[in-house]
Amino acid sequence: MASVYRTEDCQYTVDREALVQRLAEALQGDSLLVDDEAMRPYECDGLAGYRQMPQVVTIPETIEQVRHVLRVCHDMNLPVVARGAGTSLSAGALPHPQGVLLSLARFNKILEIDHERRMARLQPGVRNLAISEAAAPYGLYYAPDPSSQITCSIGGNVAENAGGVHCLKYGLTVHNILEVTMITMAGEEVTLGSEALDSAGYDLLAAVTGSEGMLGVIVEIKVKLLPQPPAKDVLLASFADVETAGNAVAGIIGAGIVPGGLEMMDKLAIQAAEDFVQAGYPTDAAAILICELDGSPDDVRAQRERVCQLLDEYGAAEIRVAGDEDEKARFWAGRKAAFPAVGRISPDYYCIDGTIPRKHLAYVLQRMQELSDEYGLRVANVFHAGDGNLHPLVLYDGNVPGEFERTEELGGRILELCVEVGGTVTGEHGVGMEKINQMCVQFGSPDLEQFRALKYAFDPSGLLNPGKAIPTLNRCAEFGAMHVHHGELPHPDIPRY
Amino acid sequence: MSEHDQAEDLAQRIAEAAREGTPLRLQGGGTRGFLGRETGGTPLELSGHRGIVNYEPTELILTARAGTPLDEIEAALAEQGQMMPFEPPRFGDGTTLGGAIATGLSGPRRPWAGAARDLVLGTRVVNGKGEYMRFGGEVMKNVAGYDVSRLVTGSYGTLGAILEVSMKVLPLPEAEASLTLATGEDEGFRAVEASYRDGVPVSGAAHDGSALHVRLSGTRLAVDAGLQRLGGDRDEDPAAFWHALRDHRLAFFTADGPPLWRLSVPMLKGVPELPGERLADWNGQLHWVRTDAPAADVFREAARLGGHATLFRGGDGHDEVFQPLPAPIRRLHEQVKAAFDPDGILNPGRLYAGL
Repeated sequence: MASVYRTEDCQYTVDREALVQRLAEALQGDSLLVDDEAMRPYECDGLAGYRQMPQVVTIPETIEQVRHVLRVCHDMNLPVVARGAGTSLSAGALPHPQGVLLSLARFNKILEIDHERRMARLQPGVRNLAISEAAAPYGLYYAPDPSSQITCSIGGNVAENAGGVHCLKYGLTVHNILEVTMITMAGEEVTLGSEALDSAGYDLLAAVTGSEGMLGVIVEIKVKLLPQPPAKDVLLASFADVETAGNAVAGIIGAGIVPGGLEMMDKLAIQAAEDFVQAGYPTDAAAILICELDGSPDDVRAQRERVCQLLDEYGAAEIRVAGDEDEKARFWAGRKAAFPAVGRISPDYYCIDGTIPRKHLAYVLQRMQELSDEYGLRVANVFHAGDGNLHPLVLYDGNVPGEFERTEELGGRILELCVEVGGTVTGEHGVGMEKINQMCVQFGSPDLEQFRALKYAFDPSGLLNPGKAIPTLNRCAEFGAMHVHHGELPHPDIPRY
Repeated sequence: MSEHDQAEDLAQRIAEAAREGTPLRLQGGGTRGFLGRETGGTPLELSGHRGIVNYEPTELILTARAGTPLDEIEAALAEQGQMMPFEPPRFGDGTTLGGAIATGLSGPRRPWAGAARDLVLGTRVVNGKGEYMRFGGEVMKNVAGYDVSRLVTGSYGTLGAILEVSMKVLPLPEAEASLTLATGEDEGFRAVEASYRDGVPVSGAAHDGSALHVRLSGTRLAVDAGLQRLGGDRDEDPAAFWHALRDHRLAFFTADGPPLWRLSVPMLKGVPELPGERLADWNGQLHWVRTDAPAADVFREAARLGGHATLFRGGDGHDEVFQPLPAPIRRLHEQVKAAFDPDGILNPGRLYAGL
């Protein structure tokens, strides 16, 4: 398979023997992998359609070793790609063919749970869910909960500014971290943010959050912990059409209620989930809403009454309130299993991650159906309805020649549709290698050049995760030309470069 | 194009200034000029670039031009039963959204509802080269590109002129109440934290040296339950004390006396030990201190507690106003500044000398 990296991003001079020798000064045994067989598990992340072997894989255990890897790469002018748990859905952790893959998997210790001050100090390889598990005895938890939370690491969460199903009320990673310590490409250790609620100078913590491993390598993180809500209710409402469900979402929020979670699934996703986990979903519905309300018991009761009334007013065909913990878990089970459920009804699926202003939901879904018909590929929709984050799942068969490529193209068209209505190409999965072309559609040339200048402010040699997230103007020119070649400029009103 | 849309003109003027190497002093409503270090330069008036561009109450998003007065935004929000959760302070009439975001300050609700930077979703910014750029957008979840919108929030106009802001807004609480309790500071803040953990909808907790003030915002049921749990005397007007605190209209702030310092410190790490009067907000995470102590002492005390200090009022504008940065962080600041404003024409020295 040809490299997905562009030639312009692969202009490094590699002396592999010298590289291995230098790295071996600080890394021994299974901390330094050089055989193809040993490196194979690192050739891709959660987006397995993209694969690339690195020159070597390093798995340091100490900050000094991380610094050594960066120093060697800095001296030899070779790229470095940092990797947490490898669950990125945008090929953010895809290795560079001429570079070093730097795994932080061994930085897996919870250094401190300060329950009194509601914060946790963590190494970057700690799993997201492990934080909440460790905080649970104190009645606390870590709010962002990406669906990969069993596996994904907090370092990766920071790099991607990970979200989850509770973002509308509790925010993204950027809202829930206090401090990050990272090593710059020049080998310097810097601490951004603090335990206080703000810091002096520029908000470099915000700049680094979601920077996709391109500004520094994170070695320690302090996160905020929140009290577990004393009470929770989960509602399930079904609708005869998607638009009505969308209106109900607007109605709930417009009435002043911000649910802890508000999720939508369309018919194909409902059916797949029901077949998989038997959550008791109404399979005749065109859409369902799952609504979680949290707070004090009184508060939750008041909210529940109001939401049920609103759902009814907005035309829900059926409203169920989970009667006990089992039923709450069951209502959520189908949603949480939606991706693997769709995986069962198709040989492969491709998850897309655009966000739209919710008022355009009906239009976007209708256009998506047209695109689905045009490409002959089925699309199931799972939707963080509260915050407008869509996850269309394109069903395809990777064994059919050309079908992955068509799927990717359809995915690109869907993302461009999101930009057309004023949304974004990625709500929470990151740009990585996957959506780098669509960045040309969303951003103008000065914006992209500003991103690049910011990148070089942190990493003047440009060695951290090159060729991802921020496209060069060259790439955009070629991408634009390709689109014209297909004769289908999707929205000519947007300036392109 | 609306007469209130001056983006093109402003970008041109910044580009011109860059060509000529003329420093600019960005100005909105002119109510925050006392903040930060003194900066020379030709005034660049941003208050004419104004107006609410888009407001979607059911999506909790509002977009407005930088020169829009906060009063106008609050009125539009109130009409739909919504608010700016970060409760931006106003230190005079005509204070604008651009100034609120450029200084990044947040009011008493901040520990529970988020800071200015938390609520900012997107910006349109002109950098020091006069390039008009757009970052983020009008959606809650957006991870495309670096988070420049949050980076420019609180950068005091030194990275770019913020011309437009999209932000998350929230429903006004169904009920709000304010309490005064004769409780000590440490004991009081611990009681507030304990009640918050049990679901009491705390939205303010301050101690003025003699009494603990607590505000509750939420559903009527939750506020009532909180009132019962915390006890104390209920204030007649639930907003009066908190707005006076937010806008520095309390006697503590307005009385003649030593310079006013702001110390932002971690939770439960102790209080600043400095001569002079002190008022604590943010449940003990923000301290206002009127002190004649030398700046170096205040910065040292803030650092000892793991936080940072700002000389808020009363300095001469030439010495450092913000907590000095460690050398590697200072270098990053210089490089970031150069990435946005290579000629150093935007509010030079407002934040730190040489930046």
